[in-house]
Amino acid sequence: MFSFELLLDAVVLGVLLGCFYAAVSLGLSVAFGLLDVPHVAHPAFLVLASYAVYVLNEFYGIDPLLAGLLITPFLFVFGLAAYRLYYETFEKRGSDAGVRGIAFFFGIAFIIEVLIILQFGVDQRSVTATYIGKAWRIGDMRIPYRLVVAFAVATLLTTLLALYLSKTFMGRAIRAVAQDQEALRLMGANPIRIKQWAFGIATAVLGIAGALLIIVAPVDPTLDRAYIGRTFCVVVMAGLGSMTGTLVAAIILGVAESIVLTLFGASWAPAISFAMLLGVLAVRPQGLFGRRS
Amino acid sequence: MKRNGIFFWIGAAVFLIAIALMTKLITNEYPFFAGYVILQFIVLAVAWSILGGHAGYVNFGTSAFFGMGVYTAVFLFKVAGAPLLVQIAAAAAVGALMGFALGLLTLRMQGIFFSIATIALTIVIETSITNWRYVGGAAGIQLQRPPVTWPFSGYVQMLFFVQAVLVVLAVVVSRYIQNSWIGRGLQALRDDELAAECTGVPTLRLKVLACVVSGALMCAAGAPAAMYLQYADPSSAFNLNYSVSTLAMSLIGGTAHWAGPIVGAILLGTTQQLLTVTISSEVNVLVLGVMLVLFVVAAPEGLIGLLRRVRDKRKEGKQ
Amino acid sequence: MKRRTLLGATISAAVLGLTFGLTSAATAQQPPIKIGMSMAQTGGLAGGGKASQLGIEIWRDDVNARGGLLGRKVELVVYDDKSSASETPAIYSKLLDVDKVDILFAPYATVPTAPLMPLVKQRGMLLMGNFSFQVNSKVGHDMWFNNAPWGPADSWAASFLELGQKAGGKTIALLAADQEFAQNLALTARDVAKKMNMQIVFDQAYPPNTVEFSSILRALKAAKPDIVYVASYPPDSAGILRAVNEIGIGNNVKIFGGGMVGLQFGAVMENLGSLLNGVVNYNTWLPEPSMQNEGTKAFFETYTKRAIEAKVDPLGYYLAPFGYASGQMIEQAIKAVGSLDQKALAKYLRENEHKTIVGPIAFAADGERKESATLQAQFRGVVDKNMDQFRKPGTQVILFPAKMKSGDLISPFEAARK
Repeated sequence: MFSFELLLDAVVLGVLLGCFYAAVSLGLSVAFGLLDVPHVAHPAFLVLASYAVYVLNEFYGIDPLLAGLLITPFLFVFGLAAYRLYYETFEKRGSDAGVRGIAFFFGIAFIIEVLIILQFGVDQRSVTATYIGKAWRIGDMRIPYRLVVAFAVATLLTTLLALYLSKTFMGRAIRAVAQDQEALRLMGANPIRIKQWAFGIATAVLGIAGALLIIVAPVDPTLDRAYIGRTFCVVVMAGLGSMTGTLVAAIILGVAESIVLTLFGASWAPAISFAMLLGVLAVRPQGLFGRRS
Repeated sequence: MKRNGIFFWIGAAVFLIAIALMTKLITNEYPFFAGYVILQFIVLAVAWSILGGHAGYVNFGTSAFFGMGVYTAVFLFKVAGAPLLVQIAAAAAVGALMGFALGLLTLRMQGIFFSIATIALTIVIETSITNWRYVGGAAGIQLQRPPVTWPFSGYVQMLFFVQAVLVVLAVVVSRYIQNSWIGRGLQALRDDELAAECTGVPTLRLKVLACVVSGALMCAAGAPAAMYLQYADPSSAFNLNYSVSTLAMSLIGGTAHWAGPIVGAILLGTTQQLLTVTISSEVNVLVLGVMLVLFVVAAPEGLIGLLRRVRDKRKEGKQ
Repeated sequence: MKRRTLLGATISAAVLGLTFGLTSAATAQQPPIKIGMSMAQTGGLAGGGKASQLGIEIWRDDVNARGGLLGRKVELVVYDDKSSASETPAIYSKLLDVDKVDILFAPYATVPTAPLMPLVKQRGMLLMGNFSFQVNSKVGHDMWFNNAPWGPADSWAASFLELGQKAGGKTIALLAADQEFAQNLALTARDVAKKMNMQIVFDQAYPPNTVEFSSILRALKAAKPDIVYVASYPPDSAGILRAVNEIGIGNNVKIFGGGMVGLQFGAVMENLGSLLNGVVNYNTWLPEPSMQNEGTKAFFETYTKRAIEAKVDPLGYYLAPFGYASGQMIEQAIKAVGSLDQKALAKYLRENEHKTIVGPIAFAADGERKESATLQAQFRGVVDKNMDQFRKPGTQVILFPAKMKSGDLISPFEAARK
């Protein structure tokens, strides 16, 4: 059963899958990793974005990736509003959001789920594009174009976000706010504004991520539940707030999953990924690329 | 304080007697079926709050403990036809062990990291059970209840009573913890773990203790579910719903006092049971979502907190 | 105790019916006959549950338009079981003890049905099953009747593997979701393969929520099987077919499919379009000429209209006509027996063949169909993004059972895909 060829295949496919995981986790890496917002509704926002992409594709024939870009500004505004609400509810009162923040976002996630069901029904939806359903042949190996798209978009998105956070003024401010909010306030900047902006960006990247989600596989209203574990797993394993770390952690996860699916008992795949997370947390609680020691 | 204690014990006794009378007097079985579910959630919420409320460690793995309780019962029943009480006792032991492991995790992880570790733990355990053919694996397993034992007229009535006993047990433990040095120690470590450690609070021992007690109770609450459903499958036993509902109930009731989770579980549990047989559609989920958001926003300390605030205001008014 | 009161109630109702039967106006004042059930409105089974419920509702409206049963209107009492096993015992207890329904229908699918079997048996109630798989084998309730066309447990895998064997297949690959229904299918497939002396060269269970099937199909392809038996759920079925199209499955595969849930639903089929071509999959009803019975056409005309409003599967072939058939069978039994006596109704259902819109139905002793009527059909000439093509005969050619056959298998799989 074991062969080098299969292993190579599994690794290549795993890397591509990992890139997809990275793309859907990047927003959370900003929201949770940098801003400490326990954003459990992140996958619900993601599915919501997928449905928006679906509508644009199904009824206006717009390419899913383009549709993802088109909805990005709306998501940005949505993110600004969502953070405002969160801020007014929790951070302003100075109460430790912790468990209540989680409950709050769970509530939001459920509301989104039901609204999608009421609007679209429970059937799964998918999009059409020229790159869906075909594969790229390299020798004996065949790689689905969907995953190639996911790979390209994820690396681009990661690079852009990493550059934004390290090179631009606003990006540096966001990282500063993550490290020491008080210091920033003393320097005369408004940390709330910066955090709101950052949360807007975290939500805006969901446009493209949502497009990828529905390009890679069909989407249904309760899909978000499957991604809560996965996205948090990636972000925490990466170490909070590191964009390249998120990409690397997601690739590790994708490869591990792919190898288990191909070469060992496929049914053990989820246990393997999450056992890896437990292992990382136990040995290096700050994650592989953590900002704190 | 003393008089409070007497009232508490009288209340507990009256509760159990009322439950016992119910099983004798009511012939309609529906109240027992629905009531059982509510009682089960009271145990889960109270047990969750021991760790989540006092110590401030948010456990997302309620479903892991609940599901392990179910499968401990399934395993023992299949292997030896073990009676209900043995199933529950064994489940409590398993839960305590799991709690111990979880307690050790707190050594390295705090806050949200701990919560995520519990999610990971849930998935690892669920996958293992799914791959365990002996207890049915993914295909699920049907069980045949043994005949009911005296003095109960039906098995559901018995399960109802047993779950009520678990409720009393959980509440007694939770109340004891709150009023003893354990509770004060846990509270200290919730407010500032480092400071507590420095002032000589044995934080690790306390955390492990809270995890063990909380885990044992949650697992015990899950064990009778195997006989209640006479069926077990991993996706139902490890349903995310148990984790979210338990968390919601504790928060809605308020975790500052042992009575909070009880109030929350009764309120939300009853609402859910009522909605199941009235509106009965996706609106059900919507109600849970809206309730969560509303309570978290409007009553951050839960119903108990709200009550306290009202009482304090009235006191101020009097002065 | 319970049954005696019920019996008393039915007798007195019958007597009342007789005395008032003379004064025709009185019939309108009689309480309705209540049929109780839970049905998934949320969760993974909701898509099927809602379509099934619509089928039953159409029957209710039809029967009431004909004047009801025993001179009484028929009323449905339906609660949401959230696709979960843990809700149904309480719901059915409510139906029995509070709503006091006269007839019980089971929820859609196995998981919600399994926990209520012992309860229903203990109460001595008849239960019309709804597409669950072998829930009665351990419980042995003699008043259980499953409306699904499954038949004997192994017939499902047997029909598919026989088709493969006839096409020259000797080795089998099994790919099944690690969930209840799919695992049961895989289990019977292993037994049947052993009986037929076929070698299993690949046997994997993939976990729920698997995102990407490329890697697992790559491994399957490497095992070089002749027959690929897939037991999957709706979200995965689409993913698997996409990956098959992208990765390829090899030229030796004679037949592919078998137990893929989801490829019966309109939205999924429309999305997959030409990817479906060549796949041989199980089905329950298809718009082939051999499947048309009395009332079938009228039913689908009504269904198609009402499905839009109810936001359910626009085709509704899989579950809805069987929900309607459940109603028809109960209707015939009540008319023949002339009362709501559960034992008499069960006796009638067990001993007679029933005419329904999905064809004649007869039950074996265990309450499953005497003979399997589970179709194996091959997708042909499917184009992308077109719902209406599935309403025409010929897009899904029936290969099994012989009675309904409308064409022959095209093999190998790669040739059939063109």
